[in-house]
Amino acid sequence: MRKLTVPTLLLAITGVIVFMSHQEYIDLYIQSVIMFMGVNIILSSSFNIVNGYMGEFACGHAGFMAVGAYVTSVINVMLFTDDKVFGAALLPPEMAVYLFPFTLLIGGAAAAVAGVLVAIPSFKTRDDYLAIITIAANFIIISTIINIDKIGGARGFMGMKKVLFAMGDSYDIPWILLWVIVFTFGTVFIIRRYVTSTYGKGIIAIKQDEVAAEIMSVNTNKMKLVAFMLSSGLAGIAGGLFAHILGYINPNSFGILKSTECLVMVYLGGMGSLSGSVISAILFTLLLESLRFIIPWMNTAMHYMHLLPDSYELSQVWKWVIIPLILILLMQFRPEGIMGNRELSDIFPKLKKFYSFK
Amino acid sequence: MLASIIQNLFNAFQWGSFYSLIALGYTLVYGVLRLINFAHGDIFMVGAYIAFFIATAILGMAVSLPGWVVLAMVIPLTMILTAFVGVSLERIAYRPLRRKGAHRLYVVITALMCGLVLENGNLALLGASRKSFPELVDKVVYTVGDLSMTNLKIGVVFSAILVFIFLHFIVTKTKIGMAMRAISYDKFAVPLMGIPIDTVIVFTFILGSSFAGLAGLLFALSYPILDPYMGAMIGWKAFIAAVVGGIGDIRGAFLGGFLLGFVEILVVAVFPSTYRDLIAFAILMTILCIKPTGMFGVAGTTKI
Repeated sequence: MRKLTVPTLLLAITGVIVFMSHQEYIDLYIQSVIMFMGVNIILSSSFNIVNGYMGEFACGHAGFMAVGAYVTSVINVMLFTDDKVFGAALLPPEMAVYLFPFTLLIGGAAAAVAGVLVAIPSFKTRDDYLAIITIAANFIIISTIINIDKIGGARGFMGMKKVLFAMGDSYDIPWILLWVIVFTFGTVFIIRRYVTSTYGKGIIAIKQDEVAAEIMSVNTNKMKLVAFMLSSGLAGIAGGLFAHILGYINPNSFGILKSTECLVMVYLGGMGSLSGSVISAILFTLLLESLRFIIPWMNTAMHYMHLLPDSYELSQVWKWVIIPLILILLMQFRPEGIMGNRELSDIFPKLKKFYSFK
Repeated sequence: MLASIIQNLFNAFQWGSFYSLIALGYTLVYGVLRLINFAHGDIFMVGAYIAFFIATAILGMAVSLPGWVVLAMVIPLTMILTAFVGVSLERIAYRPLRRKGAHRLYVVITALMCGLVLENGNLALLGASRKSFPELVDKVVYTVGDLSMTNLKIGVVFSAILVFIFLHFIVTKTKIGMAMRAISYDKFAVPLMGIPIDTVIVFTFILGSSFAGLAGLLFALSYPILDPYMGAMIGWKAFIAAVVGGIGDIRGAFLGGFLLGFVEILVVAVFPSTYRDLIAFAILMTILCIKPTGMFGVAGTTKI
């Protein structure tokens, strides 16, 4: 019973969502919100490995996402579609449906390799200097992509929708939704196993005291390398999914603003709390989407009450004032985030009957 | 060939001055509080906007004043108002956290978010249309052989050098400078010696922000198009300059700023201009990997 509740529940959720979107009970907008939720869960929980469990202050997560997004998209477009730049499809488009998860994993692997760019300097530096190295890495990745003209440079890259259509032609299932859900659960599973294993406790030891951890025979350099590579690899998978959801990617959409989104999610949820990351990613996505409706509503209301001059309209830019303000207030009043470093089962002990976080 | 090299050097001096002026603000605050004030680049942007509003307000008055008189009024007003913005950030966002003894990381995140609020708040309030800065000084071009220099560029470089000398004097020769160094040395012993720690910190923010305002004004005079995100990139780069120089050290920030200016101009002279950021950031990473504390930084020792 205890062993099977969570897998059964997840399977049921996946089945219901996929079935409902296949039968068009839920419309495309809600589907896309669900998919962005999944991508954000992957991003925040993978970022939590470095920023939460290992206690470093990295702020360049979006760069690795960009690597994954570009590698996966380029491979898929090159293999399965006729493209102006890459020529005719190398493989029959019917293969897309089978090979898609593997191309996602390749994108993740490429992002993990890019993660070494940050991991190696982290052996010697900490804190502020490491923060700036991660920011620089983000900028370097973005401007490298801008300078590769073959994949579109600053104009962006598209054609991923064709891959999705090819997959849909083989079997008529909302494939991208399915893969987002599968990879989201997979990510959370991997991270859960990693941080609770004896091996993964090494990164928590690094957070507590690096020198002491080293004395206690934790190979800190290796732990850092693994943590950074795992974190950036998962971010790469999130990037690949993100690219296929949107069907169009632009290097500037993986800039420092996207990294800030990841930071907001991690600190909103709580450093070193996996369930916190998941909850905050869901809340953050819902908040972003609801602001899309709240802001025009506020605009009308405030015009009605004559609080605003007629010439001024509240625009969606206010979203990016409100979100940082939320984090500022959070840092003032509850700096440990929603969950602190506790898990869901620590707060509701009765849940332990149904699942165990160990 | 030689002429173009020297011409590029002049340009490098000008860009280096902007980076230095902003990097000095980063390094001052870091030197005292051990806090990366990520909002500093946006304070630079706010400074440019303040200068814009003051200048248009003065020019819009009934009496028509000559450009240099307007400039002489705009400079101090901009510096004062920008310092006010910087200090209010400190009062509203950083000080409560410091009082609570919050982890340094939380203050850094708050700073990052304050920068975003300033940027996007500006965009939301003033709209996306770019503002063009009024021309306050007549451009005078001095030509020697093939070289040309404008009075503005010379002014920018000289003000950067003057600011550096002024700050260096304050930090090394005055009492309040001594207090600033003392706080960075030991934050807990300093209040016990009867030094008002908050006053010193506010003074640091006044210095840093007012010179960011000056940099904003000079930048707006040289490149008279303002947009809300102008501070973000230049702020990051100035921060990098400060880190390369060894953050917390005034000489380091000054030289680091000029170094970054030279690197960027040289890269643009040789490669296409899209490679500028790539190579500048790559050089930064290499320097940090070889010498993690920067040119003038001193490695901190940790007691176990």
